[in-house]
Amino acid sequence: MPLTDSLRDDILASVPSLRAFAISLSGNGDRADDLVQETLLRALANIESFQPGSNLPAWLFTILRNLFRSDYRKRRREVEDAEGSYAKTLKTQPAQNAHLEFEEFRAALDKLPQDQREALILVGASGFSYEDAAAICGCAVGTIKSRVNRARSKLSALLYVDGAEDFGPDDTVRAVIGGSGG
Amino acid sequence: MKDVKSQAAKASGPGKQGGLNAEIQSRIGHQLRAMYDDVVRQGVPDRFAELIRKLDAPEGGSGGAPIAKNDGRE
Repeated sequence: MPLTDSLRDDILASVPSLRAFAISLSGNGDRADDLVQETLLRALANIESFQPGSNLPAWLFTILRNLFRSDYRKRRREVEDAEGSYAKTLKTQPAQNAHLEFEEFRAALDKLPQDQREALILVGASGFSYEDAAAICGCAVGTIKSRVNRARSKLSALLYVDGAEDFGPDDTVRAVIGGSGG
Repeated sequence: MKDVKSQAAKASGPGKQGGLNAEIQSRIGHQLRAMYDDVVRQGVPDRFAELIRKLDAPEGGSGGAPIAKNDGRE
């Protein structure tokens, strides 16, 4: 369909979640914004192929996801370097538990296989249905479900089994979950 | 979002996987959304609002965005 004002507004309204998706995937703000920009340019250049009434966010997420995957292959080495610098960051901030936890979570997320990470983000954070997530990733619904489940298992192993003794997060865990602990 | 919860509950069903329990799963969901929503709340950076506005405006020169022609396929 042609680029109407309302379609343009809808695309703009999708930008915040596109950025969140891009940052979750790449773990790098600058690179994420480049991805979003590229996504918007592609979307606008191919707007004629967007079917009116279909799911615009899913269409945009599909473009971003495909761009990220083709880009990812080129940058694999950089990603591995980034993981090393994460570990250094963690060691320099032992006192800030909440922040440490966030970094830890971020680092654990980055350790997931890409298929699992994107499935988990789409379903668990972006709020897409399994069906939409499957369409975005170009795979079967059952595949998405199993990726999400594996992602959750792996995250819990990384964060709450292996790391438990090292970091002793029990009090923090309880404080966050309970919220009302004395 | 309640979808996530019910999934977490399912994954931690009786005897399914020892390491997964509902508390951990809900915690993972919470952290995932906190990270994500933190970015969503930043709104639309000027850079992107500008980009979309520019592309939308008719440009006389050769600098306009190339619009891919799609022959009704798909």
